[in-house]
Amino acid sequence: MDSIFIIEQLINGIGYGLMLFLLAAGLTLVFGVMDTMNLAHGTLFMFGAYIAATVHEASHSFLAAVLCGVLVTMLIGALLEVTLMRRLYKRNHLNQVVATFGVILLADDFVKWMWGASPIMASTPAALAGPVQLLPDLPYPSYRLLILVAGVVAALALYVVVNHTRLGMLVRAGASDRPMAELMGVRVQSVFTLVFVIGAALAGVAGALMGPLTSVQIGMGEGILIPALVVIVIGGIGSVRGSFVAAMLVGVVDTAGRAFVPPLLREVMAPALAADVGPALAGIAMYVLMAVVLCFKPGGLFPARG
Amino acid sequence: MKGTLTRTAAALLALGLTCAPALAADEIKIGFLTTLSGPGASLGSDVRDGFKLALTHSGDKLGGLPVKLDVVDDQQNPQTGRQTVERFLKRDKVDLVTGVVFSNVLLPVLPGILQANVPYLSVNTGPRDYAGEKCDPNFFAVAWQNEDIPAAMGKFATDKGYKRVAMIAPNYPGGRESLDGFKRLYKGEIVEEIYTKLGQLDYAAELATIRVAKPDAVFFFLPGGMGVNFIKQFDGAGLNKQMALLAPGFSADEDTIKAVGESIVGLYNSSQWAADLDNPANKRFVADFVKTYGRTPTMYAAQAYDTALLIDSAVKKVGGKIEDHAAFQKALKAADFQSVRGKFSFNNNQYPIHDLYMREVYKTADGKITNKTVSTVVQGYKDPFAGECKMGG
Repeated sequence: MDSIFIIEQLINGIGYGLMLFLLAAGLTLVFGVMDTMNLAHGTLFMFGAYIAATVHEASHSFLAAVLCGVLVTMLIGALLEVTLMRRLYKRNHLNQVVATFGVILLADDFVKWMWGASPIMASTPAALAGPVQLLPDLPYPSYRLLILVAGVVAALALYVVVNHTRLGMLVRAGASDRPMAELMGVRVQSVFTLVFVIGAALAGVAGALMGPLTSVQIGMGEGILIPALVVIVIGGIGSVRGSFVAAMLVGVVDTAGRAFVPPLLREVMAPALAADVGPALAGIAMYVLMAVVLCFKPGGLFPARG
Repeated sequence: MKGTLTRTAAALLALGLTCAPALAADEIKIGFLTTLSGPGASLGSDVRDGFKLALTHSGDKLGGLPVKLDVVDDQQNPQTGRQTVERFLKRDKVDLVTGVVFSNVLLPVLPGILQANVPYLSVNTGPRDYAGEKCDPNFFAVAWQNEDIPAAMGKFATDKGYKRVAMIAPNYPGGRESLDGFKRLYKGEIVEEIYTKLGQLDYAAELATIRVAKPDAVFFFLPGGMGVNFIKQFDGAGLNKQMALLAPGFSADEDTIKAVGESIVGLYNSSQWAADLDNPANKRFVADFVKTYGRTPTMYAAQAYDTALLIDSAVKKVGGKIEDHAAFQKALKAADFQSVRGKFSFNNNQYPIHDLYMREVYKTADGKITNKTVSTVVQGYKDPFAGECKMGG
């Protein structure tokens, strides 16, 4: 196992982690600030992907596709907040889960009606179809590099907004002690809407960027929602910093599980048995990570509420 | 008054029930369970369309009987498949079941179908489980045994002189059997054997592993959208300049070609069928499929078309008396129809004996990308499990 291989897998892991972070950040903000469980977050991710794929095919401009994907997803997010989420803030978690689960079902059927049941094979922009030479021995897909850069930019932007703006201050205040923030005169309603729309925007970015790497299909949101939930649990619910660290961890552990566990197993057991156990172990690597973290830090790595 | 009415109704109902079996079959009820959503959706659509085209060709009837076709989406989910099959068997009392694309859906529902003594005709997957000892008079693999097509690719890789090959497939029965099939006729060294989650679409980690292994060629069995993504990401990582790519026909068929585009040109792939096979049945099938659906058919469509023709021939053979189960089974086994793949017959285990071809994706003079047949790799291929099957020939 040479160092190039390890570097490449590390980059792969970070790239996946960044995409998870974009989703988890929105999820953790909504959960942390509003104490609201939003299962439909993955649906926003799906809409971002579908809209970007459609615009890309029609306009042949990837930039326009991503922008449209993000903007429309923000609109859908705002609509969702105003019509439904607003009514759920005061309800208990079970109501919230059931209602947002209903949104998933509705959205999936809407997508089926609008785009058909078959997945859309979104294409990467032609200019980014090939590899770039990162190191002499390491050609790396240029599109994955773009995702990496975009993920870092989005994470930085979020960092600046949360830590160095007034809005960010309100968000943090809301996350650590909501009743107190309300008592201090924070207009909670508008902060909530803004936070929800920011979360939608991040999910839209992730969807638009991930579309060409996976495939744009019904249910893609639910598929990625689960690792995103793992991320916010590991990171500590409500903490953006925590979800960033956790997303990197989950991304790297998941990729490493797929890359290193099967060859290691083949060293110690029969090939047929290794082929049985390997993929299964790789699949649960991130859940093992979650279990270990929760053993030592039951509130997650960086709990927002002391 | 009310009591009398209920009693009369009950009596009439009982009469109706007892009368039903006495009537000769006036229609053939087919439960068609296939994958119409998710990453395997294009496979199921082709299976459905191929089957329906054959129905049109035989005058919307099968062997003279009107057809009641119930097409249901299994979402590639065994749970959904199970519920639907239960309905087919218990409520609808179908005469036969067909249509399933994926072995992970078929394997859990198959025992129920066979126990109910209902024939199942497989339009796609041909699991090893039912090829050997557990072969069943009600199970007909019309498409192939899972190992057939990969085996042809293994022979091709040996002939080409590839010394080191890496393999990748999803971790489900169809995937495992495919890689076993490749190994059966491949004489070189297998340097990597990677199994991924079924439905995985991002292959960054696996491609890095393959790059390090430095094989001469990579054989992949990734049906549907998985294969599309694999080829794209393989090219994106620049691996296409370092090693050859070997595919079973499923991953180099029309649906994949359309999704991958230019970079798939030159890909060798094995298949039991090709659109340019020179036989009258195939010519009619391809021409009419293009005319009806506006796209070139895939292997999946051809397999389903064959399946419908087989049913048609068997119903005809028994003169529409499909309720005579033994005769109907025998008629199915006779396989007295003109397959679009050319020569076709059932082995004693009711899996096909057929030729396997090598195809190459190429660009036609007018810029269309499609497959052409290059050679016949194996003639009259039979799966290696038939010997364990106790059924007679």
